[in-house]
Amino acid sequence: MIDNISWLAVYPEIVLLVMACVIALVDLGVNSPRRTATYVLTMLTLAVVAALEGVYASSGNTFYGFGNMVVSDSMGNWLKCFATVAVMVTLVYSRPYAADRDMLRGGEMFTLSMFALLGMFIMISGNNFLVIYLGLELLTLSSYALVALRRDNATATEAAMKYFVLGAMASGFLLYGLSMLYGATGSLDIGQVFKAVLSGQIKHQVLVFGLVFVVAGLAFKLGVVPFHMWIPDVYQGAPTAITLMIGGAPKLAAFAITMRLLVDGLLPLAIDWQQMLAVLAIGSLLIGNLAAIAQTNLKRMLAYSTIAQMGFVLLGLLSGVINGQVNPAVTENAYSASMFYIVTYVLTTLASFGVILLLAREGFESEEISDLAGLNQRSPLYAGVMAICLFSLAGIPPMVGFYAKLAVLQSLLASGQGIYIALAVFAVIMSLIGAFYYLRVVKVMYFDAPLTATSVSAPVDVRLVLTVNGALVLVLGLLPGGLMSLCANAIVRALQT
Amino acid sequence: MSSLLSLSIWTPIVFGAVLLALGRDEHARAVRWIALIGALAGFLVTLPLYGGFQTGTAAMQFVEKAVWIERFNVNYHLGVDGISFWFVPLTAFITVIVVLASWESITERVNQYMGAFLILSGLMIGVFSALDGMLFYVFFEATLIPMYLIIGIWGGPNKIYAAFKFFLYTLLGSLLMLIALIYLYNQSGGSFDITAWHKLPLGMSAQTLLFFAFFAAFAVKVPMWPVHTWLPDVHVEAPTGGSAVLAAIMLKLGAYGFLRFSLPIAPDASREWAWLMVGLSLVAVVYVGLVAMVQKDMKKLVAYSSVAHMGFVTLGFFIFNDLGVSGGLVQMIAHGFVSGAMFLSIGVLYDRVHSREISAYGGVVNTMPNFTAFALLFAMANCGLPGTAGFVGEWMVILGAVKANFWIGLMAATALIFGAAYTLWMFKRVYLGPVGNDHVKELSDICSREFLILAILAIAVLAMGLYPRPFTDVMDASVAELLKHVALHKLN
Repeated sequence: MIDNISWLAVYPEIVLLVMACVIALVDLGVNSPRRTATYVLTMLTLAVVAALEGVYASSGNTFYGFGNMVVSDSMGNWLKCFATVAVMVTLVYSRPYAADRDMLRGGEMFTLSMFALLGMFIMISGNNFLVIYLGLELLTLSSYALVALRRDNATATEAAMKYFVLGAMASGFLLYGLSMLYGATGSLDIGQVFKAVLSGQIKHQVLVFGLVFVVAGLAFKLGVVPFHMWIPDVYQGAPTAITLMIGGAPKLAAFAITMRLLVDGLLPLAIDWQQMLAVLAIGSLLIGNLAAIAQTNLKRMLAYSTIAQMGFVLLGLLSGVINGQVNPAVTENAYSASMFYIVTYVLTTLASFGVILLLAREGFESEEISDLAGLNQRSPLYAGVMAICLFSLAGIPPMVGFYAKLAVLQSLLASGQGIYIALAVFAVIMSLIGAFYYLRVVKVMYFDAPLTATSVSAPVDVRLVLTVNGALVLVLGLLPGGLMSLCANAIVRALQT
Repeated sequence: MSSLLSLSIWTPIVFGAVLLALGRDEHARAVRWIALIGALAGFLVTLPLYGGFQTGTAAMQFVEKAVWIERFNVNYHLGVDGISFWFVPLTAFITVIVVLASWESITERVNQYMGAFLILSGLMIGVFSALDGMLFYVFFEATLIPMYLIIGIWGGPNKIYAAFKFFLYTLLGSLLMLIALIYLYNQSGGSFDITAWHKLPLGMSAQTLLFFAFFAAFAVKVPMWPVHTWLPDVHVEAPTGGSAVLAAIMLKLGAYGFLRFSLPIAPDASREWAWLMVGLSLVAVVYVGLVAMVQKDMKKLVAYSSVAHMGFVTLGFFIFNDLGVSGGLVQMIAHGFVSGAMFLSIGVLYDRVHSREISAYGGVVNTMPNFTAFALLFAMANCGLPGTAGFVGEWMVILGAVKANFWIGLMAATALIFGAAYTLWMFKRVYLGPVGNDHVKELSDICSREFLILAILAIAVLAMGLYPRPFTDVMDASVAELLKHVALHKLN
């Protein structure tokens, strides 16, 4: 069962695991308060892993290891590559912030991040209910610890508690749903489950019952209405660096397990889960956008905006199958639109939280929207980066977020279904409401007078990465073709197998 | 040379981006000069277009086509015909004027101000020359960002309200248009080519929905009554340059959209709903003209007069004869010069007195005789006096309207009376009579920079009024082709 191919399939994961352990040991000998040695080693490891995944991904090969337990395919490898880069960028932005707040006293932040990333990897490449669940738990347990990293901070501890309780419940839901499906189909292997469901010999009710719990669990993890309650609290309560850690890369993994469970495993039940996703998407767009308007806390506003954005991802996911019929062109379009959406969303989130992290100084969190007042006068560059991100989230061309929305709307309209067209119109109206609160932040940055005249200073690496990150949001908007075809090719390959 | 349109679009944008990257207000002088060079360069590269333009054909000219987003079959596809041609140099021209006009009045964040205008200029030229639906949409929407910032940063006391109103109103319209564009993309088997859409057969209900989706986008932009309410608010708050560009060019994006999308893509629905368009246009012409008369704020007055004048444009388009359509087009260009000049004149006064209230002035002619001479000319053009640019378009539209239906023509013609009334009444209260107060007594006449700007505009207004043939010659063939197209049924 364990052959060479198996090792090849998990090669980057092994590198990551070994290095995480090595770095944890090395860190014992590091005394510098900024943990430079640990940081450099972590970054090097992640760079190697990202490169490995990139090479795997561009080769476009699909292979299975450990008796079909894990899969290495183009979609998964690209998502892993992006997730690794996202974690690297997160760490670059976070280090000055964390150092100021005594969060680097032990090297846990780096090792926990690596374990969280390992969890995402396992989620992304899992081809078996149990493996996916293991990856999910590794990710979430590391995240709980990360949120609680500021032991002396009451709000962070409270956020960790909420996150833990609700996260555990979500995992319970998911596990329950998966066990129902296991009971019904007799297999944990996604391919086997697919075949079993397709055979039509299993009682529909049992399947749907399991499906409801699986979708609920996924909805918790994606943070969509009505399972969204933890998102604003955790986003706001966690130290900003950690908010980015849990709000960035893990979205890619959440997308991957949604694809694996719903599309790879339960596509024959599409009619059932499409309805559920539609309800979740409508709720997310409505509540996410409306609640975001009322926020004065920037992190909380971005949390609600995340909920709304995830609604769009769901719209993409549900538009892939029409009346239970899989039409390769339509299906591929829909899922690649979702993948493009989530990748660009993570890219934009990184830059926007990067600016918030950069503005936070010792003893000052820069969390309120009003803290950004007059940023344009203090630092046109960072104000520009933030403005580009906000316009992108609002879906205004020529930012990349526009093409993400365009791709999703296109796949909805291409279905020709009246209900999907209505959904598209609804989504459009909701994004108009969304534009209002994104614009309000731009307004604060550009139109209001600054509270302090001090210009913003940042270490050179942060400056550089943030500029590139912001520029990418614009450049990918001007030339979105490459990333779009990358996502499309990845999805085509993932669907073929 | 076939890359002329690209040059026209990207020259100002590149200059604008350079300005944004330039530092702060210590370099304001250098920034202004770079901005002027950029605007002039942007204008100069549009001039060879006139030399190379073939009249007498409705074909797209200076066409450029390259694959942009392969997955969605989106092309970087540019080209102009007689309908869009004049707006390219006009936009670049107005940008030069705006840069000159803001030379001294803007002292804060000069690089961002000038950068925003140059980028805006390139984007608007992009709208007029895009032949790909998605490219059009990207340019059309992207113009919101610089305009939003221009209003919000350099605007008046209530600027934030105005900036939001501008952005959200126009965004709502555009989003519905986006749905229409995607629908057309799917219907045409995966193409964003606008000229291909013109030939696409569509059922009546599809056409009607498309017509109203486009209507949402373009009527708000024009703006037509009753969705015009954002315009006066925005004009009052926007800085002088912003008002000038808004009135001179940005409103034309909407009117242009009707000709490029609504009429040829949904001709049956356009004919079906023409009564509505004509009705709304007449309301704009007559009712908004009356509203303009009671304004106390000069900018608001000119803003309402813009709504009324743009009513002539949409009226001309939807009476479906060549006089009407070309009249509407000529009116668009003329209004670009005249309203730009009107707003710049108000800016000249505002820079000195910092008030736009009509009652804050009186007898300006005594202290600023040179300026008043220009203001009189522009006021006359605004009322449509023969010999000025304002006359040609209105006269053609009224003639076209009378041809279509005498009563519509008559209604439209009354607007000339209202136009004359509010413009002249404002002129009398601001410029004529005895010196109104101490502020006016201390006014100094225009400097050579202001003289230059106003003189250039005055020449343009007169030239267009006295010899409009270069304008109409260019459009004739394309307008005839368009009308032929609209007359066809494309129901399947």
